[in-house]
Amino acid sequence: MGDLLQFHFMQNAFLAGTLVALLAGAAGYFVVLRGQSFVAHMLSQVGFPGAAAGALLHVSPVLGLVVFCGAAATGIGAIGRRLDPGNRAESAAVGSILVFSLGLGLLFYRLYAGSAQGIYAFLFGTILGITDADVALTFLVAIAAVAVLAVIGRPLFFASVDPDVAEARGVPVRGLALAFLLVLALSVAITVQIVGTLLIFALLVAPAASAIRLTARPVLGVAVSVVLALACTWLGLTLAYYTNVPVGFLITTLAFGVYVAVRAVRA
Amino acid sequence: MNPLEPEFMRNAFLAGGCIALAAGLVGYFVVLRNQVFTADALGHAAFTGSLGGVLAGLNVVVSAIGSCIAVALAIGFLGGRGRGRDVAIGTVFAWVLGVGVLFLSLYTTGRSGTTGGLGVSVLFGSILGLQPVQVIAGSLVGIATSIVILLVARPLLFLSIDPDVAVARGVPARALTGLFMVLVAVTVAISVQAVGALLIFALMVTPAAIAQNLSARPWEALLMSGLIAVAVVWAGLVLAFYLPYPVSFLITAVAFAAYLASRLPRRIPVTAALVTLLLVAGCGAAASAGGAMSARVIRRGGIRAASFLVLLGGMSAPARSPLWMP
Repeated sequence: MGDLLQFHFMQNAFLAGTLVALLAGAAGYFVVLRGQSFVAHMLSQVGFPGAAAGALLHVSPVLGLVVFCGAAATGIGAIGRRLDPGNRAESAAVGSILVFSLGLGLLFYRLYAGSAQGIYAFLFGTILGITDADVALTFLVAIAAVAVLAVIGRPLFFASVDPDVAEARGVPVRGLALAFLLVLALSVAITVQIVGTLLIFALLVAPAASAIRLTARPVLGVAVSVVLALACTWLGLTLAYYTNVPVGFLITTLAFGVYVAVRAVRA
Repeated sequence: MNPLEPEFMRNAFLAGGCIALAAGLVGYFVVLRNQVFTADALGHAAFTGSLGGVLAGLNVVVSAIGSCIAVALAIGFLGGRGRGRDVAIGTVFAWVLGVGVLFLSLYTTGRSGTTGGLGVSVLFGSILGLQPVQVIAGSLVGIATSIVILLVARPLLFLSIDPDVAVARGVPARALTGLFMVLVAVTVAISVQAVGALLIFALMVTPAAIAQNLSARPWEALLMSGLIAVAVVWAGLVLAFYLPYPVSFLITAVAFAAYLASRLPRRIPVTAALVTLLLVAGCGAAASAGGAMSARVIRRGGIRAASFLVLLGGMSAPARSPLWMP
């Protein structure tokens, strides 16, 4: 283990990976509970044009990420109704907006004259090339997001499981939905740089989906989800250090393997 | 200069048109059956499949189709309906992407000196750089898919709109659903050739959404969805010929503009926007005909196709008036 952590970049990768896994495990629990995998996927992809626009305008890509993800979350929240099955007009609308924003991302990127490697860094992340500043920023966002989730967790759980009854009992269902989307957007915007727009999704969905299969109790479910996300991230980083395999592949494979195993045991 | 002159443009018009027709027709059912997320997941599966195919020395189109069908089956196996389906798609999808990352790294490290342009062209499309074999494969598969989907359109519409009654009336639900998933997989795999894995929605979802905004009648909307998809691709190609922007971006931009126009609560701007779109696409009609015919026939055929498309746009506009009344 001492051998593993002797390099600074590995220390940073472990620190940032731990924070991302904590955040994604907790937020992902609600994503799965609310059936919002598609929304989570969209928010993570909207990050791509955001980062490209930031690079093009010579401002920080992080700013572009936060602005685009925040705007997308607000837009989805403003549509109001949940993007669940039986709501096909909304998912078509959101799909149309998503594809246009990805097209814009491509345009911004070409105008910025970036290389293919740059696109891959945006899309798939650079977890082994994280700076101290990235770690600090991730730390701040993770603390803030987990704090918000802890505060709204109880009513959000109620509103997710039974929106009608929750609304009747005076829970601000729409306000909570928007607040959750904004937390999710902010988490995605920050973590995207580390694990990439495409892979944050794996940590959001797979551990939480396994946790929900394992236990029906909410607090325990969040805990299991976080533990699984942490285990996948740490194991993935360790394996990536000793082999020549990309860390993104290892983390997603571990998370998917856990999900399939859980499905096999608890069919 | 005429957009039809260079061979790569004629190829793009021909293959793009055939692929878009299939994508628009199949996409109508994707939106009707609320399987947008599935289509997205399959797009990413095509990314992984294409890269894997290149690594293994297989044909890119064949390996993309194979991986799409495999992932469609995996999603069908793991997921039920509603929330369960959402989660099953999400987890399968995330893992398939992870495998794509592995292939991408193997591909880029395996060839010293390359910047990995293949990955970008799979993600964002390369319709202007299609190989002759890809043009033929894309066109044939696109036309075949369109024919099959039109043949099963009637029972599939029935099954999609009212599954319980359809099953009671003896529609073979399982076989039809399976066939439909295969058609979606094939369509996604060939659409990736045209607009790329990340942008297939521009052909599969946006035209269908436009058609559903314009017409509540299933058959009318289905055909409109196919034609709008073709118009969007051709309009994007014509614009790309004159503008210095990536063609995939222009296709998504045209599609999105048409979508916004279709949501405007006034009839006149909608018709105007659609007619403009179809006019631009008229050049495309001529172009794809140009692949086979002589120059004189091209001009005549192009004008005829353009006037047909404009006529169609004009006819479709009055039909949707009830939709605007709440």
